[in-house]
Amino acid sequence: MTPESTAQRVLDLLPSGFDGEVIVAAGTSSLTRFANSFIHQNMSEVGTSVSLTSVWNGRVSASSGNVTPEGLESFVDRAVAATRIAPPNPDWPGLTPPTEIPSSIPVPDSTAEASPDDRARLVGEFVAAGEDMKAAGYCQTGTSTVVFANSAGHTVSGTTASAILDGIHQTPTSAGSGHAASRTFSDIDATAVGSLAADRARRGVSSIDLEPGEYEVVLAPEAVATLVLFLGFYGFNGKALNEGQSFVRVGDRQFDEAFELFDDGLDERSTKLRFDSEGTPKRRMPLITGGITANAVFDRREAAKAGTESTGHAVTFFGQNFGPLPTDLFVTPGTSAPADLIAGVERGLYVSTFNYVRILDPRTTVATGLTRNGTFLIENGEITTAVSDMRFTQSFAAAVGPGRVLGLGGDARFADSEFGPGIAHVPTARLAGWRFTGGAAG
Amino acid sequence: MFDIASAAVEGAIASGATYADARVIGRKIRDISVQNGDVQAISISEAIGVGVRALYGSSWGFQATDRLTLADAGRAGAQATAIARASTRVPGPPLVLADVPVHQDEFQTRYDEHPLEVSAEEQAGLLVESTRLMLEEPNVAIAIGQLGFWDVDSWLVSSQGHRIHQNLIHSGGGLQAMSIGDGETQVRTYPQSRVHYESAGYEAIRKWDYLAEAPRIAAESAALLTAAEMDECEKPLILDGSQLALQIHESVGHAIELDRILGWEAAFAGTSHLQLPELGRHRYGSDLMNITADATLPGALGSFGYDDEGTPAQSVPIVENGIWVGVLSGRDSASIAGLPPGGMVRADGYNRLPMVRMTNVGLLPGDSSLDQMIAATDDGILMSTNRSWSIDDRRLNFQFGCEIGWEIKNGERGRMLKNPTYTGITPRFWGTLDMLAGESERVFWGTPNCGKGQPVQVGRTGHPAMPARFAGVRMGVRG
Repeated sequence: MTPESTAQRVLDLLPSGFDGEVIVAAGTSSLTRFANSFIHQNMSEVGTSVSLTSVWNGRVSASSGNVTPEGLESFVDRAVAATRIAPPNPDWPGLTPPTEIPSSIPVPDSTAEASPDDRARLVGEFVAAGEDMKAAGYCQTGTSTVVFANSAGHTVSGTTASAILDGIHQTPTSAGSGHAASRTFSDIDATAVGSLAADRARRGVSSIDLEPGEYEVVLAPEAVATLVLFLGFYGFNGKALNEGQSFVRVGDRQFDEAFELFDDGLDERSTKLRFDSEGTPKRRMPLITGGITANAVFDRREAAKAGTESTGHAVTFFGQNFGPLPTDLFVTPGTSAPADLIAGVERGLYVSTFNYVRILDPRTTVATGLTRNGTFLIENGEITTAVSDMRFTQSFAAAVGPGRVLGLGGDARFADSEFGPGIAHVPTARLAGWRFTGGAAG
Repeated sequence: MFDIASAAVEGAIASGATYADARVIGRKIRDISVQNGDVQAISISEAIGVGVRALYGSSWGFQATDRLTLADAGRAGAQATAIARASTRVPGPPLVLADVPVHQDEFQTRYDEHPLEVSAEEQAGLLVESTRLMLEEPNVAIAIGQLGFWDVDSWLVSSQGHRIHQNLIHSGGGLQAMSIGDGETQVRTYPQSRVHYESAGYEAIRKWDYLAEAPRIAAESAALLTAAEMDECEKPLILDGSQLALQIHESVGHAIELDRILGWEAAFAGTSHLQLPELGRHRYGSDLMNITADATLPGALGSFGYDDEGTPAQSVPIVENGIWVGVLSGRDSASIAGLPPGGMVRADGYNRLPMVRMTNVGLLPGDSSLDQMIAATDDGILMSTNRSWSIDDRRLNFQFGCEIGWEIKNGERGRMLKNPTYTGITPRFWGTLDMLAGESERVFWGTPNCGKGQPVQVGRTGHPAMPARFAGVRMGVRG
């Protein structure tokens, strides 16, 4: 059966009086992992999953599994039985009506056809870029076809494609990271990614411990990606806003004029679907424009509570406790080269990556975490020495507040983040201050 | 299902693998969540498939499929070998798996009441009533209840003759009361932060008596809105058992994973501050610190009969009288390190590689009590229930926040404190452990959400812990 016919069959099996929405996803995901400069884990999986939300008399249940064609009938029977005994769910927002969805971008051949040998070749090139160092990381490729259908007659489909190379080079005393992500496997330049990681590791061989305190910073794209994801997940999340847990005040000047943030699931560079888990089409959503908070994002449930419409940001049923999320975040880049941003700093820090970041207070986005894989002291516009990893305790919203963004690079790309790769497309950023609360020694 | 797993192994061996193992894993999960008296989700997830791992030369390959026919399983085995062959393009040192006894056996989690045989209606009803009780406190804006139940069957076959079927039953859940004040949120949870799970049936939910505790956590979350903020200080810190469980998980459990020590997780989860030449000599903490990794504890979340390589569950000493003596390992990592395999390799479902995971990593009890610790403290802080956690990639530099704290003055619990945090360096912190509660206050805390590996795998770990006092700790660091 095709994903389309499977989805329709599931809806057809629902008894009279039941509504349903079904998502069928079929695909392949492969990941080649390396450490100590050799491939130590190498996996691939193929499969088809079916997710059904069934609704009857205001009662709702969600079922999912990898179901064979012969198993569809019993799968639906179990879902129906669960729905009949579910208590009423007054928050059920109803089904998405038939809506046009922009057609999806074809899966690039190089991604669809990437083999274990192809991934191993990229790993080999990454490793070779760091002579005499120890390399670790992964190369991943994946494609999927996803069909959404509901009993209101709305059916849409799309494809996803992703290729990622992420890794570090290590010396006995330092590590440096590199990362590339794209829809197109052949776009990945493993030597360039490996060379950046090796350069950061080499520069970090001799590091100093720095006193805690507030420092001006230049954040590489990986660190900026984590910053904007925390803003997106804890602030621009419509559920957090509805519940009074968000810092977001739509219409207020909460951010620096230079810091423009939007979510755009229709961008051609996005690796994801052009509709959300409720079948609502993606759109370009300005979140921060000219320093002013422009919007939050909503799914159907939270939109109904807020008296607005869904913006196409529903995540899977299991995620609804966390609310709607922006998953295609873009920061409008500046024009500066990263070196020029560094050149403007009298005394500050260059941070390659943040690690293990956790929110302390969602209403102020104060979070704590550490630097990792390349932290450097900037003095008189030049990187002078490596710095041991430092702990920070910092409000992310305040870090990009009015007057705090001193420059943005022209080097925007999909960067890895605390919540994973492929979610934020961001440049290097120079910020007026970042509060470091501890060094490696405590 | 043994025939499917056998076909996968045979497919791998026929294609040139020198060793192969395969797991058919079928998992049924029921999750229920309720917010403010309304059911948010009743979710049922059922997944089954086969994953096969092949060793070719010194390189591994793994293929998973949800097509459960003998032919598809055989093809998956052949593909696993092909992937292992591709791995040899960037090869590692020679690998010989550590020997383990070959078992053909069954294992079943002990339970009184199968959680999936209790109706979802009854389970949701418990949460509806619990959240309504929390909302009786006027300051509580968000009251959440969650329950989750796992019923997992696995059939393991290896080319060395392993043939093991296990059925693991896990039950857990929790409550959360959130009060929202002027520019702040305050949270209290029960039984612990987020959720608490056990290897048990529905009796594991009944015994925690959510209805009795819901009003207490609601009242505490409201009281925190007007509680004093904690000042930055350095003084004795008393942790409750659930926070100590988190402390063990982050600063001991991950640090003793042999794959991290060997550098296999360097790019993602991280490495470890521990170095193998220091095993048996490194001082991890004070003499009161005795830690085991014990997969045999009845009811603890990290218990099983055999790990996913077929090694029997066992209790392994990790820290003895403050000295580091053991690691968490599997057959390949143990062989490389020259240590006996610990039987701690697990896979998060049929479509994931088995990897080193915590079992039940926890403290052996001391001879004190929470009341005695408070009475013996002139000027200190008591903290309860984790709210935030962050630790570096070597598991050395940590900062943890708790939901609630209290001043301890002259041997008595004083005023409530909001937003308490503490920070430290792992061996220095454990070195200040000077009082430890006894067996009567030990709980097998269960954490169902330990992330590790790429693709990310979610592990389910247990942490026996009880209240403890640390002599001098830096607290109250803020941004």
